[in-house]
Amino acid sequence: MEPESTSLPPVGLQPGQVIDQFRLDEHTHVGGMAQLWRVTRLDNSDPMPLIMKVPRIKGGEDPTTIVGFEVEQMIMPTLSGVHVPRYVAKGDFTRQPYIVMERIDGPSLKPRFDAAPLPIEEVVHIGTQVAIALHDLHRQHVIHLDVKPSNIMFRERTANGGGGEAVLVDFGLSRHDHLPDLLEEEFELPMGTGPYMSPEQVQFVRNDPRSDLFALGVLLYHLTTGERPFGAPTSVRGLRQRLYRDPVPPRALRADCPPWLQEVILSCLEVQPSRRCQSGAQLSFNLQHPDQVALTDRATRVVRGGVLQVARRWLAALGAEPVVEANASAQAVRSPIVMAAIDIIGADPDLLTAVRNSVQRLLATEPGSRLACVAVLRTNRVAMDEPLDKDGSSKHVNLLVQLKHWARPVLRAAAPGGVEQDGRLTFHVLEAPDPGNALLEFARKNQVDHIVMGARSSGGLRRYLGSVSAKVATEAACTVTVVRAASDPDASAA
Amino acid sequence: MKIALITDLHANREAVAAVLDDARQRGAQRYVFLGDFVGYGSDPGWVVDRVRELVDQGALAVMGNHDEAVVKGPRAGMIPEARWVAEWTRAQLDAGQLDFLAALPLCVVEDDTLYVHANAQAPGEWGYIEGRSEAVRSLQAVTQRFIFCGHVHEPKLFHLSPAGKAGDFLPTPNVPIPLSPQRRWLAIPGSAGQPRDGNPAVCYATFDLPEATLTFHRVAYDHELAAAKVRQAGLPEALALRLIRGT
Repeated sequence: MEPESTSLPPVGLQPGQVIDQFRLDEHTHVGGMAQLWRVTRLDNSDPMPLIMKVPRIKGGEDPTTIVGFEVEQMIMPTLSGVHVPRYVAKGDFTRQPYIVMERIDGPSLKPRFDAAPLPIEEVVHIGTQVAIALHDLHRQHVIHLDVKPSNIMFRERTANGGGGEAVLVDFGLSRHDHLPDLLEEEFELPMGTGPYMSPEQVQFVRNDPRSDLFALGVLLYHLTTGERPFGAPTSVRGLRQRLYRDPVPPRALRADCPPWLQEVILSCLEVQPSRRCQSGAQLSFNLQHPDQVALTDRATRVVRGGVLQVARRWLAALGAEPVVEANASAQAVRSPIVMAAIDIIGADPDLLTAVRNSVQRLLATEPGSRLACVAVLRTNRVAMDEPLDKDGSSKHVNLLVQLKHWARPVLRAAAPGGVEQDGRLTFHVLEAPDPGNALLEFARKNQVDHIVMGARSSGGLRRYLGSVSAKVATEAACTVTVVRAASDPDASAA
Repeated sequence: MKIALITDLHANREAVAAVLDDARQRGAQRYVFLGDFVGYGSDPGWVVDRVRELVDQGALAVMGNHDEAVVKGPRAGMIPEARWVAEWTRAQLDAGQLDFLAALPLCVVEDDTLYVHANAQAPGEWGYIEGRSEAVRSLQAVTQRFIFCGHVHEPKLFHLSPAGKAGDFLPTPNVPIPLSPQRRWLAIPGSAGQPRDGNPAVCYATFDLPEATLTFHRVAYDHELAAAKVRQAGLPEALALRLIRGT
């Protein structure tokens, strides 16, 4: 191939035209950067509905479009799973550039975005789904860097209640930890979409996955209030304002925004990535457990920072170089969600201590980790349960009290200098007939990375319950540590 | 077709055996050696014989500065240690092995690829690709889309866009990198026989055509043995330590 052969063919595509093994059926969309066509594979070998994305080349050389498309062609084939469209084929710029991928039939977020402000439950639901999708992307070593409503779609609901997952599209500005960043040297201006760009993106940092959580924070702010937290600046100077100017707190614009949601949104919008939620999983965890969100002054703020604060931060931002420390997967790995499954009533005290020691060691090695302490209140499958003990106290509350008591030493150890890190530990009592299933379900829904649990309950109860730890260790999708007490005389027989 | 790109073998028999074995297991159908077969290590004869055997079966090989030094005698600028090793090496090789080294070309062009030891703009002057500017100079000196070279012992990948923007990238082992047709690429697989990035494991790369996918690899080998043999041969202690520390 000669270098001059990279000159581009004119794009004048017609329905019925065949490109490689695909027939163009219908032109569905013209965006700023690309057109989309419904296509069919000529041999009909693929039952999946397909679209072809074709870049729009604006007269001659257009580095933005070309490099962005090049990046997307490089990254899409490496991605898999339900939160991205499945990649099928690509064609390069020497002939006809295109990417063929799975067509997502569900809606994009754009129509709901245009209807903002939305009901609080809907904001929370959308935020949870997108946070889960981002976490999945980050685990695949990719940072999206252009999270916005038109780049978020949802899978159609299926008859059996499945579907509805968020799907991220358009990887033209994305970065893969293990592939060359073709955009890094290409442009002199910050890359991204003005309203959503994180402060570090404004400063040309492209390797921090928490930039995507900032963009999601902007999105949640808008869905909650109907307004943009940082406007829609088009100049670099306008973009830099977010380095020192706080957004108006959402509750000042919408009184029924709960304090915990304001806490979550404003934490996503922190200038320093280290002050944000540390991973998509941790963000979705917060959104799914409002009662466990530790409220700081962010929760109740009703006015934004005053002139003095702005001036101070403006000065600090002047010469500040962003700290480059993260990459997508390392950040996701560094911020694990650990789940301690505690049989607080059945287990013997030595075992409870051993589990606690294991948990403490894990938290000490990963300062970005979170611990969810979980107990299961076993309910009968058939009969209605007595909600109260004989002496009238609630079983549920009692378990929660016991759980917190168990965790007290962990809380103390995790609080260097006596300052407890808010929200690092959370407590959950699940009510379910089958403890094993309940624990597995909790781990799955909350993207738990590591389950720590005791090996067994004491004799009689164990026969009655079966081995919960064996079931969890076998069926969980994540790492499971099954802890035994050192002094357990029966350990060898286990 | 899967091409194994192996460079800077430096008379390290254990490393060369390990890298050839690994490449075969990965399904390499072709071998390209980017020079410096000798120098530093204790087994120049074995390495030259093995490479010659593969060249007879269709492999490509180009000449490195250490090969030239052994054939022609050390150049004026060579550091004393390297000069001494070159003389020692020459004494280990028979006439056939020296003839093989002497006959190696400075570079080979095949389809859209240039294979060369040091750089593309002045192959015989042995300048290093130390960074982007040297890489760009090489890419601008020729028309091929891909340049594969050695000489620098640390793995690295450079790219140049049609708009003239260059980038560099430190590869992650075993991750296939699609070399996009929109730009031109210069890749340094890293030294097989004397790695220097702090990891003693062998460096090499595989290149898959026609997809143009490049994958860098690291292979652990018995570097303790290779270092012991350097000492046994009476070669400088620093050369043994380099193999152990990978520096």
